[in-house]
Amino acid sequence: MNFEAVKAIYLAEMARTKRTIMQSIVSPVISTVLYFVVFGAAIGSRISEVDGVSYGAFIVPGLIMLSLMTQSLSNASFGIYFPQFTGTIFEVLSAPISFLEITIAYVGAAATKSIVVGLVILITANFFVDIEIQHPFWMAAFFLLTAITFALLGFIIGIWADNFEKLQFVPLLIVTPLAFLGGSFYSISMLPEVWQKVTLINPVVYLISGFRWSFYGQADVSLWLSLFMTLLFLSVSLAIVHWIFKTGYKLKP
Amino acid sequence: MAPILSVQNLEKTYDGGFQALKSVSLEIEKGEVFALLGPNGAGKTTLISTICGLVRPTSGSITVGGHDALKDYRAARRMIGLVPQEMPTAPFEMVGDTVALSRGLFGLKPNPDLVEKILKDLTLWDKRKDPIMALSGGMKRRLLVAKALAHEPEILFLDEPTAGVDVELRHDMWRIVGELKDNGVTIILTTHYIEEAEEMADRVGVINKGEIILVEDKNRLMQKLGRKELTLSLSCAVTGLPPELQKYDLKLSEDGCSLTYTYDTQGERTGITALLTDLSKTGVHFHDLQTDQSSLEDIFVDLVKRGD
Repeated sequence: MNFEAVKAIYLAEMARTKRTIMQSIVSPVISTVLYFVVFGAAIGSRISEVDGVSYGAFIVPGLIMLSLMTQSLSNASFGIYFPQFTGTIFEVLSAPISFLEITIAYVGAAATKSIVVGLVILITANFFVDIEIQHPFWMAAFFLLTAITFALLGFIIGIWADNFEKLQFVPLLIVTPLAFLGGSFYSISMLPEVWQKVTLINPVVYLISGFRWSFYGQADVSLWLSLFMTLLFLSVSLAIVHWIFKTGYKLKP
Repeated sequence: MAPILSVQNLEKTYDGGFQALKSVSLEIEKGEVFALLGPNGAGKTTLISTICGLVRPTSGSITVGGHDALKDYRAARRMIGLVPQEMPTAPFEMVGDTVALSRGLFGLKPNPDLVEKILKDLTLWDKRKDPIMALSGGMKRRLLVAKALAHEPEILFLDEPTAGVDVELRHDMWRIVGELKDNGVTIILTTHYIEEAEEMADRVGVINKGEIILVEDKNRLMQKLGRKELTLSLSCAVTGLPPELQKYDLKLSEDGCSLTYTYDTQGERTGITALLTDLSKTGVHFHDLQTDQSSLEDIFVDLVKRGD
């Protein structure tokens, strides 16, 4: 294991966050506060309670998940795309470092950043509403697994993308709609019956449901199904990354 | 002594079907400076990239210091530093940080003293806290050398190290190569600039259309393939040459004031004595003469043309 190399890439990626602190940490926090103002205070005051939880508190897990997913994705995709764009990736690819180590370093850094953002949002939310975390262990588990899974997905997108449009395409046109429609702001029991069924195709539903359960003890789908689906996405992402490195896809001609 | 780098029957065919390397075999001795010459698209960069692990070989083998470059890639790559032809740099990164990063990537513990020494040697120390985008082109080139040296490689690849740089930097680069060679670093450089190979290399390899067409000691190569030219400055301009001189294949300058005779230094007879005798017989007088050795460039152009 080339521990020094993993550390070097990880620290370089974290240094990049420090240079772009506004974009990396401050802007997701601001947008989350805006969500609270709009959905929590303005609209939420007209919605009494969802399953016994005030609407403002109900949306907190969904909001954290939304940020966690989009941040992991964009950090990881940009983190690996940019060195390809500038050409500096040559150094990583010619270094005595395995593909697994490259993945751990980039994905680890992206996941760390999104976890920081998620925690900051959790703390910010605390100022607006009362939050209880009934199952801290499960909360941490879903938190970590989601950050890592989406960072892996972002890593895949960053390697696949050969222009900035593609880099933006998946996060904006696929993940953001799925996250919004996955129950970030509502319980799927609020949907018409047909849509309750359709929405189960959306993988994000399982992540948000499991995460929300860890807060308030209520979920749209069973906890074990949530966990199973989360681990399934993780495995699929890992398999794709493995395939990329085995074939040298887009990285090594 | 076993070669420090050995390439055997290396082939590379890209996915599109383009065959960039055709059964390339090459051995590099420890401590030598090897210049790889070739026209654009000859396969120089593909060869280097394959050795460094950036391109996957189709077949063949590469060993670096006795380590197989694929099976034992960690040990093999640890020995190699690469200064690429393009100047890929992360624009927002700091100069000092990026050099330290290179060291870390190769699994070495941080060594601020060494990084300081390298940056000072390459006159980048004052810039260590600047973002890379603030550097000039020449500084970026030196930074890439600094990055490659940060992990103390035993073999250094310089892919077109002086393409598009000014004279001063070119001489700087030659000086750096000289110092590295003195420290026992093996250097493989690719170049279009033949004078560079002439200046620095111990051995020269010529690659064309994916094939190594020649590997030779530089001095021996120049001796072997070298042609010399004898230029005679005539006392008065002539309009044409007498038929007796036709057999010498002389070139008359446009102003009619000088004659050039090309001869092979390796030939049994250079033909100079006969030429001079015939000249005086036909009444063509000259007041001065000089000889020129053909450069590596002429040799190179000649070789590549022959291959076409």
